[in-house]
Amino acid sequence: MSRSRSLFAAVLAASLSAIAATPSLARTHEYTLANGLKLIVQEDHRAPVAVVQIWYKVGASYEQDGATGVSHALEHMMFKRTQHLATGEFSRLIAERGGRENAFTSLDYTAYFQQWSKDDVAESFRLEAERMQHLVLDAQEFATEKKVVAEERRLRTDDDPQALAAEVASAVAWQTSPYRQPVIGWAADIDSMQLADLRAWYERWYTPSNATLVVVGDVEPEAVKALAQTHFGAIPARDVEAPRPRPEVAQHGEKRVTIRNEKVRLPHLMLMYKAPTLTQVGESGLDGKPVEAWEIYALDVLAAVLDGGDSARFARELVRGRELAAQIGVDYQSVSRLPDLFGIEATPREGVALDALEAAIVEQLEAIKQAPPNAEELARVKTRVVADTVYQQDSMFYQAMLIGSLESAGLSWRVKDEYDARIRAVTAEQVQAVARRYLTSEHVTVARLVPAAESP
Amino acid sequence: MRARHFALLLLACGAALSGALAQASPDIQRWTTPNGSAVYFVAAPEIPMLDLRLVFAAGSARDGARSGVAALTNALLDEGSAEHTADDFHARLDTTGALLGTGVMRDMAWISLRSLSAEPQRTDALDLLAELLRGPRLTEESFTRQRAQALAALKQAEESPSTIGGRAFFRALYGDHPYGAPTDGTPASVAELALDDVVRFFRQYYVARNMTIALVGALSRAEAEALATRLAAELAPGEPAPALPPLPPYAPKTEHLEFASAQSHVYVGQRGIAREDPDYFPLVVANHVLGGNGVVSLLFEEIREKRGLSYSVESHFEPMALPGPYMATLQTSNEQLDAAVRLLRDQIAQYVAKGPSDADFEAAKRNLIGGFPLRIDNNSKIVENLAVIGFYRLPLDWLDTYTQKVQAVTKAQAMEAAQRRLDPARMVQITVGHRAASSATPATP
Repeated sequence: MSRSRSLFAAVLAASLSAIAATPSLARTHEYTLANGLKLIVQEDHRAPVAVVQIWYKVGASYEQDGATGVSHALEHMMFKRTQHLATGEFSRLIAERGGRENAFTSLDYTAYFQQWSKDDVAESFRLEAERMQHLVLDAQEFATEKKVVAEERRLRTDDDPQALAAEVASAVAWQTSPYRQPVIGWAADIDSMQLADLRAWYERWYTPSNATLVVVGDVEPEAVKALAQTHFGAIPARDVEAPRPRPEVAQHGEKRVTIRNEKVRLPHLMLMYKAPTLTQVGESGLDGKPVEAWEIYALDVLAAVLDGGDSARFARELVRGRELAAQIGVDYQSVSRLPDLFGIEATPREGVALDALEAAIVEQLEAIKQAPPNAEELARVKTRVVADTVYQQDSMFYQAMLIGSLESAGLSWRVKDEYDARIRAVTAEQVQAVARRYLTSEHVTVARLVPAAESP
Repeated sequence: MRARHFALLLLACGAALSGALAQASPDIQRWTTPNGSAVYFVAAPEIPMLDLRLVFAAGSARDGARSGVAALTNALLDEGSAEHTADDFHARLDTTGALLGTGVMRDMAWISLRSLSAEPQRTDALDLLAELLRGPRLTEESFTRQRAQALAALKQAEESPSTIGGRAFFRALYGDHPYGAPTDGTPASVAELALDDVVRFFRQYYVARNMTIALVGALSRAEAEALATRLAAELAPGEPAPALPPLPPYAPKTEHLEFASAQSHVYVGQRGIAREDPDYFPLVVANHVLGGNGVVSLLFEEIREKRGLSYSVESHFEPMALPGPYMATLQTSNEQLDAAVRLLRDQIAQYVAKGPSDADFEAAKRNLIGGFPLRIDNNSKIVENLAVIGFYRLPLDWLDTYTQKVQAVTKAQAMEAAQRRLDPARMVQITVGHRAASSATPATP
């Protein structure tokens, strides 16, 4: 019933590098009901369908030590029973009308969705309003669902060496930031979780002013607004207490960790640099100096210079060229509630030592710090963004994801309409500058995943 | 409370049904290029882009004695063209903003291109694709690099119990038939491949008469025709791939592969249906109730909702050129393995014997019918549908008649087909995980 953060990251990476003003299709309308519920509607009239998503601003980064995984477990229980819907009825109602539904929890949000006929938007609203207010948390059902969540953890994390290594690496990279916590929760926390924890979590966060309702599809915005008023308008407004701030403390030098795993056949390397995101613009960065807006876009361009397609530097120099990597990629999310990671992951070619691969990656980063990317390279990256902007319009679901993730990070969906112009404005020197400021050994965590019997 | 909802539901279903049935499917235009490629085209003027998928009967079922050669040949299409190195080729391609993709399965291999429809980007991107079809970069250097990457991926796949289990399942079902081998070969077979094998494979299978072109985008029919003719002309006409060898008989088998995982992965099933099969719709509907209808299927209810034994559990038919597998899968903690397998097999057996309730059966049909518009609601889904329709030569009205054909299936027909085609007592059962029993065989590829 949920996606891990890394799965979503791929979606967002695809979507975020892909946005722009698209006057013909992307007409976006924003409304706020009196109780604080925000509604964002985007029209797409190509097919008689709609996607409805409701995003709550709560996720693993809102959780406390010892109680991790509660957002995700609650997401599972949201499919069970409500005061007016028997167990299983919610999903049966959707399935019988040909709907697709699911949910995903991340560090920053918990979101639920239905995709179906445009005529069923009202039914989405009725069902979501019902479970926003009237969830019934049953002890027996929770006991069974905990087993499901434990199996999900085994499937997604414990039995997947690279996912397990990524979990360890995040927990090492972040000392106090809640981004150190796995979305699904630590196994012991899942085990000790109580129904009362879920109830408190539900009561605290599932309220109109903490939710964003996103509709994309063959709909009329004003009609959708009226429907929202009908179904959600009477839900009482309630203030939401902000999560306690838990900023990351200063890092004093590089961190290194080795993960040994008996299932591993090929070693794997991660270099993770702490980097700001759009939410921190204007605040002071980890080095105490203010974060500028252009820096975030320059980090996106930097990621693309290294890993944007088969002509990017990593593919050209390390996969081909020196033939050190079998696979290599960059992951940077410019939309996050808190400072995040600029991550580089690589698998060496057979017979290539991790030391050699790491040195070659660092050499590539140093090259950008020494000399800015050339004009041709930069033009290619920007063309890619413009093209993705067009391709992006093909998926209503991505459009909705983009709107919801921006809003849930505390940003505005309008950021997507500026994205294209902001990327075009990035200069080669700015790319060099962010590489110098953020890709430094003071901000890095290096994680190595190796076979159990091997020295790192 | 329940009564009120029931009434609402009836109204709602009526609306959903009529909506789905009334909805127009995309207008598919079909023709053949002068040198023999079948073209399937849908005009989609709304977004200034195009999606192209070139499909070849060049999947791993064509590997012959060289297991992995289809996948490696397809992977070499990432290495640039005879005229331009990978560095130059990809630099030029990225300048157009186009996305090039490749892939291979048992029946088919494909090349996909997503491009802007604006000029000069469209022409520049298609020039590069034409160059690639005219001659990919089949050099020792490219070959050695791609083979090394393929070997690394095969090694890494050995970390995954689901990959190990899936491979063992196909091996058990198809034995020495080409369907029995892994799509990307084995470490041993790939290590023995030579550049010559790839060159020969490309020349035989990447030919016009073995290619289906699926195209969706902001193009006129005339533009689409010119584009298809031009791409096909880059290839030798060649011959369509011959029919695959018939499937040999197989015996049900139970096998446990020992693996150091916290969960055991379970695969239970048998041979199922080909793409063209008179039982296709009855069986798809029958299975939809059992394990195809997501979170409301019977297997999901019994195994996950009631007992919490698995995060995911489902069953499906995988229709292929020859009868593809029918399989049910779940993953569960090692210590629950035996109980979960027993439950899964009991559920399948009970369902095949007794069938669903009328309400569950009708609900599953409504899901297939009401959900149909979501299968064709954007260009990338439409181009994938075209590729399947074209490759398997399904009737042109496949999409138009889909909901009617589902609607026409009666419970009696569905269960008669299921009883005739599924044999729960004689299924293949593969499990992968850690079990203390000493009789387990080690999980080696």
